[in-house]
Amino acid sequence: MSDLKSILMLYRDPKLAKRLTEKIHELAKEINDYTLIMHVCGTHEWTITHYGIRSLMPDNVELRAGPGCPVCITPASDIDAIIKLSLDGIIVMAYGDISRAKGGKGISLEDAKSMGGKIKIVYSVQDAFLLAKELSDEDIVFFGVGFDTTAPATAYMIKRDPPKNLSVLSSYRYVPPAVGALLEAPDLAIDGIINPGHSSTVTGMKPYKEYFDKHKKPMVFSGFEPIDVLISIYLILKQIRDGKAEMINEYTRSVTWNGNVKAMKTLLSVFQLEEGYWRGFGIVDNSAFEFKEEFDFVNARVKYGIRKPTARGEFVEGAKCADVIKGKIDPIECPLYMKECTPDNPKGPSMVSIEGTCRIWAEHKVTAILKCRI
Amino acid sequence: MCLGYPGRIIEIKGDFAKVDFGSGVIKDNIIISLVDAKVGDYVIVHAGYAIQVLDEEEAKKTIEIWNEYLKSISENR
Repeated sequence: MSDLKSILMLYRDPKLAKRLTEKIHELAKEINDYTLIMHVCGTHEWTITHYGIRSLMPDNVELRAGPGCPVCITPASDIDAIIKLSLDGIIVMAYGDISRAKGGKGISLEDAKSMGGKIKIVYSVQDAFLLAKELSDEDIVFFGVGFDTTAPATAYMIKRDPPKNLSVLSSYRYVPPAVGALLEAPDLAIDGIINPGHSSTVTGMKPYKEYFDKHKKPMVFSGFEPIDVLISIYLILKQIRDGKAEMINEYTRSVTWNGNVKAMKTLLSVFQLEEGYWRGFGIVDNSAFEFKEEFDFVNARVKYGIRKPTARGEFVEGAKCADVIKGKIDPIECPLYMKECTPDNPKGPSMVSIEGTCRIWAEHKVTAILKCRI
Repeated sequence: MCLGYPGRIIEIKGDFAKVDFGSGVIKDNIIISLVDAKVGDYVIVHAGYAIQVLDEEEAKKTIEIWNEYLKSISENR
């Protein structure tokens, strides 16, 4: 692994980081106006927080996390539905993260387990399929949570060899239309967007074109190392200074214009895109991966009569989860952050998931944003 | 969901691969059929499947270009 490590170290080079930061400050001075850069990925948030990139930013440049955490945007009504199934004696298989997120009734899958619910935590969809075959006398539901990055593996396994006793509750979501909705949001006024490198590796840059054409905001597809993120910020600010807007690929070692065609083709042969509800964010057209009719046999919504989720009040009173998920505010602006709501006792999904902004900030003990002067 | 980790393929059996993520972390049962990869390639693995073959040359080129570019804009000032 020495090769890979040496490549990664290039992307963590402090000298290059310093030079990029200086250039970012020069650009920001020329721009002068307040500039909001949003990203939509938990891993970008982790990099920004872990490497203290926010504190390297000029006073007029703000980096904000948008809805980039799949657990956070998974509808509470789907969590409630799957909890009910587990309590009815059906074995629920889910990733660890989502099992701790509370639904609309204030309980999580993990809580349901202590109430007698049947839950098994799995690492991947293929683990769930293997386990389902071993437990062939049981009814099993796999909770499909994630973005376009995650969903192709599920589609692939369903086409390959689905166990007869397994169905899937799909809460999978498609990211490009959500970025379009963010750019449209009048309460955000985003100046530039850092697009998610791995989601875009699968979808390609192409599906973003229609949203780019409509809003003409700088859009950079970015990798996840600190140098990747600094380059992306530089590229956005440079466009703003020059009065331009382009779609630029910074993550050329992984992202392409057409994406992973095989993965997307597999995905769209099993699922179709429908209007989808994102917890904390709202309804986004063409953003929910729902099963095509010919896959009714594996669709938990059909098998158990689970309705498609709709918007409704679904957060703890006083919590600002929705504003954090949408990217309107930072976690420290929520009155519950690190008081009633902590990683050990999370009140909202953003504090549960390792991709949630609140959880990432909490684990890095962030209680304020300090700005450096260059 | 972007949690993806790069690793090197050490074995392929049918639709699945064994991938070495370094630091002693080796995972079996990674779906490999959604990319065109061979043993020895670096792949980005997300939620149990390889989403892409990592382009090493491209990775090195990006850094070279940026080092050169930053040097040139500094000298031109």
